[in-house]
Amino acid sequence: MTFARRVLAIAWKDLVAEWRDRESITAMCFFAFLVLFLFSFALNGDQTLIRGASSGLLWLAFAFTGVLGLARSVQSELANDCLDGLLLYPAEREAIYLGKLLGNFSVILLVELISFPIFAILYNMDLWPQLPKLLLITVPATLGFAAAGTLLSTMTAGLRAREAMLPFLLFPMTIPLILAAVRGTEVVLRHESFELAMPWLKLMAAFDLLFLVGSLLTFEFLVEE
Amino acid sequence: MTLQRIEQVLGVCTALGLLIGLYIGLIYAPPDAVQGDVQRLMYLHVPLILVSYLAFFVVFVASILYLWRRRRQYDAIAHSSAEIGTLFTALAIATGSIWGRPTWGAWWTWDARLTATAILLLIFLGYLMLRALMEDESRGAVFCAVLGIIGFLDIPIIHMSVVWWRTLHQPASLLKSGLWTVAPDMLMALLTNLAAFVLLYGYLLAKRLRLEGAKEELFNLRMELLG
Amino acid sequence: MRTDGAAGLHGVAPAVETRGLVKWFGAHPALRGINLSVAKGEILALFGPNGAGKSTLLRILAGLMRPTAGSAQVAGLDVGRDGDSVRRVIGVLASGHQLYEALTGRENLLFAATMLGLDRHAERVAKVLEKVGLEKAAEGRVRTFSSGMKRRLALAKLMLHEPKIMLLDEPFTNLDLQATKLLEEFLMTSKITGATTVLATHNLAIGFALADRMAILRQGRLVFDARRDDVSLESLRSQFALHGELWEVE
Repeated sequence: MTFARRVLAIAWKDLVAEWRDRESITAMCFFAFLVLFLFSFALNGDQTLIRGASSGLLWLAFAFTGVLGLARSVQSELANDCLDGLLLYPAEREAIYLGKLLGNFSVILLVELISFPIFAILYNMDLWPQLPKLLLITVPATLGFAAAGTLLSTMTAGLRAREAMLPFLLFPMTIPLILAAVRGTEVVLRHESFELAMPWLKLMAAFDLLFLVGSLLTFEFLVEE
Repeated sequence: MTLQRIEQVLGVCTALGLLIGLYIGLIYAPPDAVQGDVQRLMYLHVPLILVSYLAFFVVFVASILYLWRRRRQYDAIAHSSAEIGTLFTALAIATGSIWGRPTWGAWWTWDARLTATAILLLIFLGYLMLRALMEDESRGAVFCAVLGIIGFLDIPIIHMSVVWWRTLHQPASLLKSGLWTVAPDMLMALLTNLAAFVLLYGYLLAKRLRLEGAKEELFNLRMELLG
Repeated sequence: MRTDGAAGLHGVAPAVETRGLVKWFGAHPALRGINLSVAKGEILALFGPNGAGKSTLLRILAGLMRPTAGSAQVAGLDVGRDGDSVRRVIGVLASGHQLYEALTGRENLLFAATMLGLDRHAERVAKVLEKVGLEKAAEGRVRTFSSGMKRRLALAKLMLHEPKIMLLDEPFTNLDLQATKLLEEFLMTSKITGATTVLATHNLAIGFALADRMAILRQGRLVFDARRDDVSLESLRSQFALHGELWEVE
C-alpha cells in the first residue's frame, strides 16, 4: 500500500537524518539528564521528598525534552523549503502527519529509554524488574504526546515566538496525559497493584484516540496556505 | 432582525436579569449556615464557569462551521466567543479565589474544579495568543478553528483527569464535596443568575460581532479601493 | 488583461488556466485578478520585479496556496478540489532546493520516488542521476554538495516522474554554468515531448531565449503579454524598464 510506504518513508527519512548527525537525540538526552539533575538540587537533596516526587519529576523532564524534539523535527522541514517539497508530492496529508508522528514518537521514546537508567541512578531506584510495566505506561503516554505535539508544532512552526508558543499550547492540552503518566508510573514504582493504574491507562487511551483522530482530520487544513 | 436590534434587546434583558439576579443572590437568598455571606459569591462563580463552558462550546461549533464553509462570520463568532469566554473564565477564577480565601484559608487550592477552570483559561489564552501572533489572518482563523475543535473535545478528558487526580490519589482533604443539598431559595438564586449571565454573554457577543462587522466592511472597502 | 488566444488557436483546453485569480495576505493584495492561459507545449516566461506576485501565482498553481477568489486549472483539473491529482502531473522547481541535507543524494531521490508513488525506484533514480551527471557524487551527503550540485540534484528530482506541466520559480538564480546549460537543455527537450512550462524569472535574456510567450507581472497584475514572435529583446527590455521604473516611483 502506497500510503503505508509513504508513512514509513517519512519516518525512516527523519530517523536516518537524525541518526547521522545525532544532534537532536544527543541534545535531548543531555537536557533530560540536566533537568533530572537540577530537580534534585531544587528539592534540596531531601531524599524522602525526591522519592515522593520522582515520577512527577521524570515526566516533567520528558515533557520538556519532548518539546525540544518536536521543535527540531519541524525545523528540519522548514530548512530549504522541505515542507513545501513534502506537500508537493501527490501524498495524502494524513500520510505526512502519520510519518512525522512516527518519527517524533520513535525519537522521544528512544530518549526516554536512555533516560530511565540515568533516572534510576540519580534517584536511587531499581527500575529493571519494573521495566515491562513501565513501558505499558510510557508508550501510550509518549504516543499521545507525540500526536498532540506533531499537530501543534506544525501550527506554531511559522510563528515569531514559536519557542514559547509550542509549550504554551501543548502543555495545557496534554495535562491529562502527564497526570495519567505520573500516577501510572507511581503505581509501578511503588510496586502497587497494576489494577490501580488501569483508570489512568484508560484516560491515556481516550486522549490518544482524540488527538490521533482529530489530527488526522484537521492536519490538511493546517498545511494549506 | 438586525444585529443592532438584537444587541439592544439583549442589553435591556441583561440589565434586568442582572439586577434581579443580584438582588436574589445578595439580598433575598439566605446566608449559608456554615460560610455566611461569603458563600453568595457562588451565585457569581458557578454561573461564570458554566457560561465559560458555553462560550467554548460556541467556539467549537463556530470552528467546525468555519472549517466546513469558510465564511468569515463563523470565524468572527468563534473569535468573539473566545474573547468573552476568556473574560468570564478569568472572573470565575477570581470569584472562586475570593470565595476560597475565607472558606479554606488560601487564595488558591488545587481542588478539581478550580484547577480545571485554570486549565480552561490557559487554553483560551493560547487560542487568543495564536490569533494575535498569526500574521496571515485567514490562516490564523483556520489554525484557531482547529485549536478550538480539539481543545473543546479535550475539556472532558482534562476534567476527568483532574477529578481523578484529586480523588483517586489522596483522600479529599481540601476538597469541597460538590454534592451539598441546595436550599430551594439558593437554587433559585443560582438559576436566575445563570440566566442573567447567559444573557450577558449573548449581549457581549452581539456587541463584539457588530464590531467585527464594522471591521469587515472596512476591509471590503479597502479591497474595492485597491483592487 | 485577457490572454486566452491559446485555447482558441488549437481548440484544445489549455494546460494551465486562471480566471480572475485574487490573493490577499491580510490587507495586502498580492494578486489582483489574473487571467492567464498557457497552451499545451508552451513555455511561458513570467517576468516581474520582487513582490510582483510571481511566487504567489506559482504556489497557487501548485496547489500549495488557496486563492482568495477566482479559480485556477491545471491539466483541466481544479487546483483546489483535485489537489492530489494535480500534484501527480506537475513538477516544481522552487528557490529552496527542498533536499534533506543529512541524507545522500541517492537517498533523497529514492525518498522522492516513494513519495511520488513510482515503481522501479532504483532504475529511475540511476537514470536521472546520469542525466544530471551526479552518478558518483550522489553517494555523498547533500550537505557536502556545492550549490550547483544541489540545483542539479533538484533538477534530477524534477525529472523522476517526467511531469507534463512544470512550474519553475527563479530556477536560473545562482546556477553555475554547467547546471544552467543542463536546465536549458532539459526545458528544450521537454518542450519537444509536449510538456508545458511556466517559468518565473528575473533573467530577461534567458527567458526570452526559451519562451514562446512572455508576460510581465507587476504588483499583482498582468501588464504585458505577447508571443515571442511579436516582440524583440530590446522592446521587451524597454517594457520591463518602463514597468520597473513605475514600480520604483511608487
